[in-house]
This record gives sequence, C-alpha cells and structure tokens, in this order.
Amino acid sequence: MRRTLSVLFFIATLAPLHAQDDLLGLLGEEEPEKEFTSASFKTTRVINAQSLENTAHGVMDVKISHRFGFLNLGISELFGLDQATVRIGMEYGVTDRLMIGFGRSSYQKTLDGYAKYKILRQCQSGCGMPITLSVFAGMSANMLEKEKTEWYAPGQEDYFTHRLGYAFQLIVGRKFSEALSLQLMPGLVHRNLVTTVEQAHDVLNMGAAGRVKLTKRLALNAEYFYVLPGQTRASVVEADRLDDPNPGFKNSLSIGFDIETGGHVFQLHFTNSTAMFERGVITETTGDWLDGDIHFGFNISRVFTLYRPKPKKV
Amino acid sequence: MTMTRHLLFTAALLATLTASAQERYATRTGHISFHSDTPMEKIEAHNHKATSVFDATTGAIEMAVLMKGFEFEKALMQEHFNENYVESDKFPKATFKGKITGITAEDLKKPGSHAVTVEGDLTMHGVTKPVKASGTMGMEPTGAIRATGSFTVKPEDYNIAIPGMVRDNIAKEIVIKVQVDHTKM
Repeated sequence: MRRTLSVLFFIATLAPLHAQDDLLGLLGEEEPEKEFTSASFKTTRVINAQSLENTAHGVMDVKISHRFGFLNLGISELFGLDQATVRIGMEYGVTDRLMIGFGRSSYQKTLDGYAKYKILRQCQSGCGMPITLSVFAGMSANMLEKEKTEWYAPGQEDYFTHRLGYAFQLIVGRKFSEALSLQLMPGLVHRNLVTTVEQAHDVLNMGAAGRVKLTKRLALNAEYFYVLPGQTRASVVEADRLDDPNPGFKNSLSIGFDIETGGHVFQLHFTNSTAMFERGVITETTGDWLDGDIHFGFNISRVFTLYRPKPKKV
Repeated sequence: MTMTRHLLFTAALLATLTASAQERYATRTGHISFHSDTPMEKIEAHNHKATSVFDATTGAIEMAVLMKGFEFEKALMQEHFNENYVESDKFPKATFKGKITGITAEDLKKPGSHAVTVEGDLTMHGVTKPVKASGTMGMEPTGAIRATGSFTVKPEDYNIAIPGMVRDNIAKEIVIKVQVDHTKM
C-alpha cells in the first residue's frame, strides 16, 4: 500500500515538473510555414547560362563579365591574357518572380535585353512543388558598323531588323541538396538574318547545367549547350571540320568556380564561348576545347538593394 | 500507519492541485530582433513570430524562434544569414530555456512594469550557452503580459564563423532584443 502511495505521490509531483521542462510543448506543433527553396545557385548565371535564380524583388545586380583570349595563343599573347572581350550588364528584380536585364558586349558591339519569369518555385516546406520552372526570353542587337558586319555587301540596305536575334528558354531544375543543384534548358534561338543558306533561322538547342557546392562560399559549376545537328554552318569551314554536326561551330562548354564574398560573387571559369549572351553562346561558339581554344574568364556580380518590399504581415 | 497514509494522500492531492493552478502565459507572435553595428555596416533583422511560454508560478520561461523567420533589410543578407552563417536548414530553430526572477504571479494581475532578470540557456546553431539579461515584465493596459529584454552574444561562441573579408562589417558582439506580449493560456 505504502509503495503504491509513494508511486502516486511521485507521479503527482513529477507531472508539474515535466510540464515545466517542456513549456513550449504546451502550445502544440506549429503549422509549417510555406517556404520556397533558396540559393540553388549563387547568382542568376551558372556561367554564361541563366540559372534557376532570379534577383530578389527590388535588388539590382551589376555584372561585369570578361573573357580573355584563347589559352592556345601561347606566350606571345600571354596565353590569351592580352586580349579581352567584355560584357557590362545589369539586372533588376521587378518582383520575386520576374527579373529583367540588359547588357552591352564588346563582341559584335551587341546590346541585349531579357526577362526571366519563375512559373513554378521549388518548395522547401509547407507545399509540394519539387522543381523550379522559369521561362526566359531575350533579344539581342548586333550594333557593329555596317561595313564590319559579315553579311554586308556594298550598296546593300542595312535594315536594323536584320541585326536582331532572339532566344527563348525553359529552365527546369531542382536543388537536390545543399550540395547539388541541376537544371535543363531546352531552348530556341532565332536569327532574323543568317549569312548562308545552310544556316537555320531557328536553332533548337538543349542546355544542361549543374552546381556542386564545395564549401559555404565556394561552388563548382558546369554548363553545356547541345545544338541539334545540321542547323548551322560557318561560311568558311576547315576541311577536316566538314563532317561536324554543325560545321565551323562547336557546342558551348564551360566549367568554373563561384566564390562568394558578402555582396559580391566572383565567377572564375574556362569556356570555349567568346560571347556572353544567349545567341552568341549557343549559335556562334567556334572554340574547340580539344584544340585548346579555351578562354579563361570571370564574371563579377555586385548587388544593390534599390527598393525594399514591405515585409509580409504576420 | 493510517496517519501516514492520509498525509501522503493529502500531499499527493496538493501536488496535483498546484500543477493545475499554474499561471501560464503564451504567445506565437513575439518580436525578436538582432542588431550588428559597425562603422562599415549596420545590420538588423526582425522576427515577429517567436513563440514564448511563461509560467508565472515558477518563473520558468521558454522561447523558440525559426531562424528563417528573420527579415533583413537586404534580400541577399537574409540568404547569406541562413545559408552561410546560422545554417538554417541544419539548425532551423533557436531556443531559450530559463527562469525570470524579480516578479511574482501576483504582480502580473494588475498593470505595471517590473524590473526583472532572466537567466537560462540559449541554443543556437547547435550550441547551448548560458545567458543572463535584465529586462522588464508586467501587465500592459491592454492586459497583455509584456516581457522585454536585451543581451549580447558573440557569434564565435556559437561556432558561427565570420570570414576575414567581412570581419569589419559584422560586430563582434550582436545585440539581441526581445519583446513578447503574452496572453493567458
């Protein structure tokens, strides 16, 4: 009897003690908040390709991109470091889903502008979407003097519309873990004017890109654009290149590192593409990795918060 | 024998009674903010979704806050805070378990503010450290039981590494401010 009573007493005293140990437990489980996956990539570009990421609402991202000459130019050109191709660009997050941007490249003195919209956003908690899906549409204009353009023949009318090209992409991807993000980019590049009859106005392509995060502030990126065969051909093709899928042109392959330092992201990479906008990268890459036609290059991204959206009310 | 039995019964009964008579206050919308102030940069973040439960009979208080709920001035700062500093996916919550002294259950029955001290363990980024703070507690004219306080923590104490490049931008000591309005449970 005494034992049962002691047990009863023990339990009775224990009950309030236990309650004190877990006061928060009294409130019960919280509803998980809806939250989208963030930081699939360090910045809005993988290297040349658009990534799953957008600039946040109200944030401007200034991008300075630079490609040196080909590594195989040898010591007289300091392995390409004597040459430079530059793109200066700017992006802005109109909303958390919509981003716009424009840039100006030294390559063909090109102006480019684009918009990227997140249709679906991968969900971290509180919802079920497994992927992010973005749609990208861009436009570029070759602003070279007409005498310097490839297609110009003396006396020919130089229509501005001839200088325009368009790029459309669907970007579908997923951040599989803290360490790994992958994306696929089926796309179409349209050129208003092409230089030879062998070149298609519409070039179908498929891009793939990925990121492996090595440390908190360092990531390894790679991207590849596959251009469907028989769609384009350079006006002059070396004899041993005639059997290539797209003679005179190569698929774009880039590999590099993202280094993040607070407000800046430095991207250092190797690529066979000279241009830094979609039409140039996908349809006008001529460098061959196996021949050492590799550019060393970097992108610097610096963000500025121009407008701060009001915090969501509780 | 019978006497002892009665005594024990009464004691057991009393113990259960005190348990049910506890005065508990709680909220899910507490405000916790932190501030880092250096000549280079001023950083602050606010979280309005802290949960807190206070037991006025024992003085015990428990708080929890989701790290991802902190809202920064700059979106990128918020991303870096979660991704690189506090690693919110690995350590989603910060919790505090402690005791408030300097106030009684009776003090909370009428409006007024009282100076209190709070002492306990703060768990953040997987590390638990004792903290002590002074603050105020009392009943607001609205009837809410408000507790306020502020204290400082060092990121290094919680294994939060600050890279050399931004060392001048982030204060050595981060000020944490708490203001929670509890209602009776």
